[in-house]
Amino acid sequence: MNKVKLAKALRIFAPILLLGILLQVNPLYASESSDPGNNGSGEEEYNAGHMILDHIVDHYSWHIMTIDGHEVAIDLPVILYHNNQWNVFMSSRFDHGHSSYKGFKIAQEGPNAGKIVHITHENDETKLERPIDLSITKNVAALFVVAIITLLIFLSVARSYKKKTYQAPKGLQSFLEPLILFIRDEVAIASIGKEKYHKFMPYLLTLFFFIFLMNLLGLVPIPPIGGANLTGNLAVTGVMALFTLIITLASSNKNYWRHTFNTPGIPVLLKLPIPIIPVIELVGILTKPFVLMVRLFANITAGHIVLLSFVSIIFIFTNNIDPIAGWAVSPVSLLFGVFISLLELLVAFIQAYVFVLLSALYIGMAMEEEH
Amino acid sequence: MELVNPGIGLIFWMIVIFGLLLLVLGKYAWKPIMKSLHEREQSIDKALKSADKAREEMKNLQADNEKLRQEAREERDKILKQARDKQNEIIEQAREEANQERQKILDSAKKEISNEKQAAARELRETVADISLKVAEKIIRQELEDEKKQQKLVEKYFDEVDFR
Repeated sequence: MNKVKLAKALRIFAPILLLGILLQVNPLYASESSDPGNNGSGEEEYNAGHMILDHIVDHYSWHIMTIDGHEVAIDLPVILYHNNQWNVFMSSRFDHGHSSYKGFKIAQEGPNAGKIVHITHENDETKLERPIDLSITKNVAALFVVAIITLLIFLSVARSYKKKTYQAPKGLQSFLEPLILFIRDEVAIASIGKEKYHKFMPYLLTLFFFIFLMNLLGLVPIPPIGGANLTGNLAVTGVMALFTLIITLASSNKNYWRHTFNTPGIPVLLKLPIPIIPVIELVGILTKPFVLMVRLFANITAGHIVLLSFVSIIFIFTNNIDPIAGWAVSPVSLLFGVFISLLELLVAFIQAYVFVLLSALYIGMAMEEEH
Repeated sequence: MELVNPGIGLIFWMIVIFGLLLLVLGKYAWKPIMKSLHEREQSIDKALKSADKAREEMKNLQADNEKLRQEAREERDKILKQARDKQNEIIEQAREEANQERQKILDSAKKEISNEKQAAARELRETVADISLKVAEKIIRQELEDEKKQQKLVEKYFDEVDFR
């Protein structure tokens, strides 16, 4: 990729990241301290683990900042199906987890902590049931945002391609064309082969750019453009891995299944009477997408945790030692934060690339002809 | 722990959103983009090939040109040579004619001169004879004025004549 363009992108991204870090964490610290859940003493301890986890998991509303104890958040709709009945209302009804509505509340503890449960009273016993929850949560809303941004970018790029087919690319088009060609030449053609790659290009390109944009926007901590940890969520990565699995299985040929169930060049005793190799191969078919799912999730989540940890150091020092110590450590902490952010930019690309490359490899393996 | 226990809602929405994105982008973005990339690559390929061809043709044309020029040069040389030969021939011929003419003039001049000379010689002879006769007459007349002398002369003449 063009070095100059990368540098330009970094120059644009770095201040946004810095600003975002300052915007996000400071109010959160305030919100933690004013959280009525652990009320009691006015000066309760800052819990970095809570804060970090709170940042990387899903929520029913999109928190922006807290001013004087009042949470400023984007209100999102809650969609529930319980007892053969649809319930649709705004998440503000829960008053940020403090009250219940229509018998639903956000569980504060237990196995469903942070999720909506239905309260049923039966023989003086309170039962908490999980409804079918199709709410537009923070992550769903962020998914919509990323999808719309992706659509805007590529529909406009497609328009400029249609308009000037025989001319050199310009603007956004010239920034994206090397990536498109990279996916086509180095990923699709290299893994699937020149004859069959064509069919899979839409999937691979969508996958790559969607993951790449989710990774990048996950680094932008300004709602509602970024601020959600999408690729650091198993549901998101799992669905993409599932798509890869389905496409792999749908495009598999006879040779692939022969290799799975009756691997050539392997002693018969390993296949009969106890089918060791076929079982291993079958499990392998499932572990491949599972690993895809976990790799992306773990990489992005780890990056977010490290970044937030560096920022947390300031508040830990302030709370546990002295405000002056907090001030003293903040330049170091911010410097490392920016460093990790830049590293995460690289990771954002690499993980998107790896996910697509492995998907293409699996598809290519399923279509391999006998040789 | 919510981190590793994702909600069914997010999975549902992710399938919907990702599936829709795949369909819409596949139809309205990737198809035209891949098509126009392919077409552009082909047109570049074609342009390069035709440039190669043009270069080849140019080369052929240049070779043809060179050949034509060579032929023209040879033709010119031939014509020049012919012209030079012709010129030499004409000069030679002219010189010959001039020579002949001069010879003719010279001959006729010589003839004229010799004629004139003969005429002059004849005239001179006649004049000399005339003068001689007149001189002789005068001499004789003078000589014969004296009888004795006349006698002597007759005698001499008679001596000279051989009567045999």
